[in-house]
Amino acid sequence: MRQRSLIAITAALAAGALTLTACGSRDDDGGSDSGNGGGTTVVIGVDAPMTGDLSALGLGIKNSVDLAVKTANKEKYVEGVTFEIEALDDQGQPSVGQQNASKFVADKDVLGVVGPLNSSVGESMQKVFDSAGLVEVSPANTGPSLTQGPDWRTKKVRPYKSYFRTATTDAIQGPFAAQYVYNDANKKKVFVIDDKKTYGAGLAATFTEEFKKLGGTVVGTEHINPDTKDFSSVATKVKNSGADVVYYGGEYPQAGPLSKQIKEAGAKIPLVGGDGIKDDTFIKLAGTGSDGDLATSVGAPVEELDSAKKFVADYKAAGYKEGYAAYGGYSYDSGWAIIEAVKKVVEDNDGKLPDDARAKVTAAMQNVSFDGVTGKVSFDEFGDATNKQLTVYAVENGAFTAVKSGTYTG
Amino acid sequence: MNELPQQLVNGLLLGSMYGLVAIGYTMVYGIVQLINFAHGEIFMTGAFGALTVYVYILPDGTSMWIALPLMLIGAMIVAVGVAVGAERFAYRPLRGAPRLAPLITAIGLSLALQQAVWAWYPDAKSARTFPQIDGGPFHIGSVTIQTGDIFLLVAAPVSMALLAYFVMRTRTGRGMQATAQDPDTARLMGVNTDRIIVIAFALGAVFAAVGAVANGLKYGQIDFKMGFILGLKAFTAAVLGGIGNIYGAMIGGVVLGVAETLATAYIADIPGLDKFGSQSWADVWAFILLILVLLLRPQGLLGERVADRA
Repeated sequence: MRQRSLIAITAALAAGALTLTACGSRDDDGGSDSGNGGGTTVVIGVDAPMTGDLSALGLGIKNSVDLAVKTANKEKYVEGVTFEIEALDDQGQPSVGQQNASKFVADKDVLGVVGPLNSSVGESMQKVFDSAGLVEVSPANTGPSLTQGPDWRTKKVRPYKSYFRTATTDAIQGPFAAQYVYNDANKKKVFVIDDKKTYGAGLAATFTEEFKKLGGTVVGTEHINPDTKDFSSVATKVKNSGADVVYYGGEYPQAGPLSKQIKEAGAKIPLVGGDGIKDDTFIKLAGTGSDGDLATSVGAPVEELDSAKKFVADYKAAGYKEGYAAYGGYSYDSGWAIIEAVKKVVEDNDGKLPDDARAKVTAAMQNVSFDGVTGKVSFDEFGDATNKQLTVYAVENGAFTAVKSGTYTG
Repeated sequence: MNELPQQLVNGLLLGSMYGLVAIGYTMVYGIVQLINFAHGEIFMTGAFGALTVYVYILPDGTSMWIALPLMLIGAMIVAVGVAVGAERFAYRPLRGAPRLAPLITAIGLSLALQQAVWAWYPDAKSARTFPQIDGGPFHIGSVTIQTGDIFLLVAAPVSMALLAYFVMRTRTGRGMQATAQDPDTARLMGVNTDRIIVIAFALGAVFAAVGAVANGLKYGQIDFKMGFILGLKAFTAAVLGGIGNIYGAMIGGVVLGVAETLATAYIADIPGLDKFGSQSWADVWAFILLILVLLLRPQGLLGERVADRA
């Protein structure tokens, strides 16, 4: 009997785990009824994590795209076309992201999708969109292989023609951080930690490579389990390694407690991360010890750019409950890029949407060029943003403050 | 510097947390043979109960020495309320149904509670900060202990001792033992088994509430998902210690916590295993340990002492 009940327990546990990962709420806005009362309706899909611990970033993306769409409608930017958004929640999970992608593809009113947030989710969606010829613009994916193929270090090949992004890649962000840490902050011994996800591991790898090239030493590496909040044993290892800086490839829900616990273990050294930790929640979670922690982020600080002031003001005026977060500007630009592409297609076709609108929009996206929130928005031959500006932020008195902006040149 | 003492303390702290939550699994299983998967969420609602007391009920700037007992009470009220409600409305109607029905109910309840907190608790969409005790940390030799951890170090053994006293010495406790051994006979002997089952749920929730406050103090944050993984780990600890055995839950928790911590700290130093040593592999090693224990002792570490089941 004992044995039997244990088998039952194991089976139940496995079933439980499967159920819990497989199901989840799908934030369905009820499809889109193309209300043909005076024009065509074009739906712009948004895919981002809107529940779960990354929802602060995801909701910022959704709201920013919503703002772009509302602005276009108000200005009647594309004659005869009304834009709508349809937002789906991917919970930060590749499997859910792929289901959402299929859903967008099935809705023929969807002519472009903004998202997702996570590079790993992006990987699972690319092929679905590409087979359908539906254009996808990510405001936040930074994994280099998404645009330059798995062998991007040696041979760059663009895997999917329909994938674009307004964010810069880890291939730039990691080395940029390494240069700042080594040259400006004058730290020579690093402990590298990542969360084994596409984004985190990629960032940690490119950072390590550049840091070693500059002459720095890696005194330890560690891969954390993103499901837990207890990093005490890792923190003890960091303290005993004698490192004078920690680089973390990952996102703020883990980076916050990690930074806190490293400082509590007695290692008063800064934690450095990428755009995934540049969120106010990081500071909230890391506590007062986070002063001096650093984060790199793509682009120049949104608040300081002239082009962004209008966005910030409009966002406030629109009264969204959540902040625009780290990717707000990029999300607005991603949405606007799709609007620009649709405008071009419609104007080339005598003010009507052609039958093969998806293919035409994808083709038009390649040549889109406009002045967006984050600066000039256009795409190179891989679908990457041509704007390769990055900024280092430091936590000072409980807020991220820009300390250095620059363009990484290799 | 030798980091072993510090890593053992890290493991002990993590393990005590697992143990406090594991008691809820083991007590309910011991009496009704139900794996209450929603227990992790009872733990989570307890943490939010404590936060509610601190943020929304007490005036700003209340000293932690006054606030902490009140937060503990708040956590217990919420956790016990949720647990007893779950028992009354989700599990009791299914008593006598096939074993799988309450199990699936428990999984559904777990999801429902998570989403309810996510949707309706103010600002719970990302993690909320939990108040901290000022002062510290304390250094004992090469070991550093955070102020927040002191609570856990004191609360875990004290509540364990109280539970042992309750189960062994009081009338209700003996009623629980009787119900665990044979519910039908216990009922014939005049034990009110429905009441005993409610008490088992409530006691498990009290321990979860203590664990929840300790968790908040230790990590400085709580979120709506915190109960899921911790619940899974605590359940593992309960199985490891021998499910149904209350001492086993605590010992299983500590063994699991220490195993995870040491795996993170030392496996990478073994030649040839450097790829398998990081924290992301700690769970794998913990489950290998679980499998080994269950192969050698299918009843778990302390599962033999059936008379202590409660």
